[in-house]
Amino acid sequence: MPFGNTHNQLKLKFSTEAEYPDLSKHNNHMAKVLTQAMYERLRSKQTPSGFTLDDIIQTGVDNPGHPFIMTVGCVAGDEESYEVFKELLDPIIEDRHGGYKPTDKHKTDLNPEHLKGGDDLDPNYVLSSRVRTGRSIRGFCLPPHCSRGERRAIEKLSVEALGALSGDLQGKYYALKNMTDAEQQQLIDDHFLFDKPVSPLLLASGMARDWPDARGIWHNDKKTFLVWVNEEDHLRVISMQKGGNMREVFTRFCTGLTKIEDLFKNKGHPFMWNEHLGYVLTCPSNLGTGLRAGVHVKLPNISKHAKFEEVLKKLRLQKRGTGGVDTAAVGGVFDISNADRLGFSEVELVQMVVDGVKLLIDMEKRLEKNGSIDDLMPAQK
Amino acid sequence: MPFGNTHNNFKMNYKVEEEFPELSKHNNHMAKVLTKDMYAKLRDKQTPTGFTVDDVIQTGVDNPGHPFIMTVGCVAGDEESYDVFKDLFDPVISDRHGGYKPSDKHKTDLNFENLKGGDDLDPNYVLSSRVRTGRSIKGYALPPHNSRGERRAVEKLSVEALNSLDGEFKGKYYPLKSMTDAEQEQLIADHFLFDKPVSPLLLAAGMARDWPDARGIWHNENKTFLVWVNEEDHLRVISMQKGGNMKEVFKRFCVGLQRIEEIFKKHNHGFMWNEHLGYILTCPSNLGTGLRGGVHVKLPKLSTHAKFEEILTRLRLQKRGTGGVDTASVGGVFDISNADRIGSSEVDQVQCVVDGVKLMVEMEKKLEKGEAIDSMIPAQK
Repeated sequence: MPFGNTHNQLKLKFSTEAEYPDLSKHNNHMAKVLTQAMYERLRSKQTPSGFTLDDIIQTGVDNPGHPFIMTVGCVAGDEESYEVFKELLDPIIEDRHGGYKPTDKHKTDLNPEHLKGGDDLDPNYVLSSRVRTGRSIRGFCLPPHCSRGERRAIEKLSVEALGALSGDLQGKYYALKNMTDAEQQQLIDDHFLFDKPVSPLLLASGMARDWPDARGIWHNDKKTFLVWVNEEDHLRVISMQKGGNMREVFTRFCTGLTKIEDLFKNKGHPFMWNEHLGYVLTCPSNLGTGLRAGVHVKLPNISKHAKFEEVLKKLRLQKRGTGGVDTAAVGGVFDISNADRLGFSEVELVQMVVDGVKLLIDMEKRLEKNGSIDDLMPAQK
Repeated sequence: MPFGNTHNNFKMNYKVEEEFPELSKHNNHMAKVLTKDMYAKLRDKQTPTGFTVDDVIQTGVDNPGHPFIMTVGCVAGDEESYDVFKDLFDPVISDRHGGYKPSDKHKTDLNFENLKGGDDLDPNYVLSSRVRTGRSIKGYALPPHNSRGERRAVEKLSVEALNSLDGEFKGKYYPLKSMTDAEQEQLIADHFLFDKPVSPLLLAAGMARDWPDARGIWHNENKTFLVWVNEEDHLRVISMQKGGNMKEVFKRFCVGLQRIEEIFKKHNHGFMWNEHLGYILTCPSNLGTGLRGGVHVKLPKLSTHAKFEEILTRLRLQKRGTGGVDTASVGGVFDISNADRIGSSEVDQVQCVVDGVKLMVEMEKKLEKGEAIDSMIPAQK
């Protein structure tokens, strides 16, 4: 829960060991990093909006994790969290993002012309293509910490900005709290509707407070560009369509995002970004590009191959079931997407998906003809 | 104020209408009472531990309630909450507790000798008897707000106090976080074990933070006196046994409670109590005695009688299923307990249960013989 700083001051009357959490049964990034000595150094601090160390780690204390899944176990409450609590968040970022150092610089590249190819993934295999990211609006606290006033201000700004889009991007906003039954059914059928989170990881961080106030979904008339307002981040932006034309999906993604960003800048509220962390989001796992670009692709043969995991790793890709994270594949159809978020640009990550999926399909076709794929094995990207 | 309360002060940058919660679909005591003007008046206040009006109401904002069940929708974070936020709590208390006025005085009577009868409820009908209450330890914030240090201090004090009990009260403490599998099985079999709450009403109040740290169960060797530490309140104290000897159950309850209170007082941490609200607990519904005295009783005929509800109301009793609040009765067996908590003493409330259940068992016997019970219907107590 987001506590005022008064209580934080009061807690200082208790010794460090009296307040230090019991992390002995925990398996998440925060628990791996937070020693009692570190807790002692950080416990008296607060960000300008009053987010404290205990607020950052609450979700990780309440959710010990799973022996096989490494969760992050901490969240930011505002832009400054990543600075004030650097000592905790830097090693977590390094561990989660493949050795990314505090001195590293992140590249942002949202120019779709820099993408090579991507318009010819075989639609007999690639069923759909999608790119998503998140954005935070500078000057407001993040979902674990924001007040109703802040959240509503974000909604208002977002609806204004999105309302100014035209052409292909012309669309409409559906506020969660006054959706009609018909609208709700349509959004469910389109697979656009998001609902109050049930994951204890998200609930424990406080991001579902005041639900469904100031939450909503915006999408264009063509249903190829979708924005979630005030879910796990201020904005989640999604571009998607059937088939394998990732180039078109990415072009729309970049164009739409850039237009929205200009609109927010003109209102005096640009996106949170810095040259070290890239785009700043609630969960440290989404820093950098915050981008997950993926396809639903039929790979019944290659997915059973002994070297499938190794191939994915070399291509810097990850697999998921078609229900998203933590689901299983159905009928040999996989969700294949970039594994990285930080330290690579948007263009680079989408390029990996485009090139990697093309190769995986070539391998799939080989295996269909009972050929070998040894000569197709890639080097580590 | 001695300390700053950073995020609450930050929220003051937003207007009242921007921060005032949307309560139009809500049906709980808090939503009935909290107007925008009241919110404007209370929003810059904080208790000495930094609990604010948004903290008080969060659970009621997040849980609109049910058309048929009137939930309370607010909690206290410390003893001072009931005073600092009087404007809100007084009308909620009045509405919930049958018109209890801000100027009313509450009687505490834990002298078991003042109970008349109660040792002769027919065990062919009364299967078990139980009395429970809660207690809060002065000087510590309550479960929605306390820190790990505070919670652990409450646990430490409680375990010291309970371990010093002897005779029929001699017992053992089982902390949730280091229970063996065998101990857990036994506590489940005894129906003693409590687990992390799943109710969104409780979770939204923040009382499950850091679970299971500093939570535990203490019980005497006879398994007739049980204390829950750091669940919804600092302490929940339960006296119970099979059969209908409510007098014995209540005696053990009073004696045990008073012994525990002595020990806490010696450590300068007596129970939270005042002459207006009686015992101070987390939920306003439990103020006063915090006492629920009840029996599991077989009333298959009376419970289907047209006047059953009216009889209960006149006797100031309520019915529940044998699974506790919000469960259905099974096989004609009901949980019958006192409806009131504040404005009458412990002895008064247990007397209502004893006298009322005795009457209802006699009615049941009459109905078994096919006789009418009209002459037995009581006046309103």
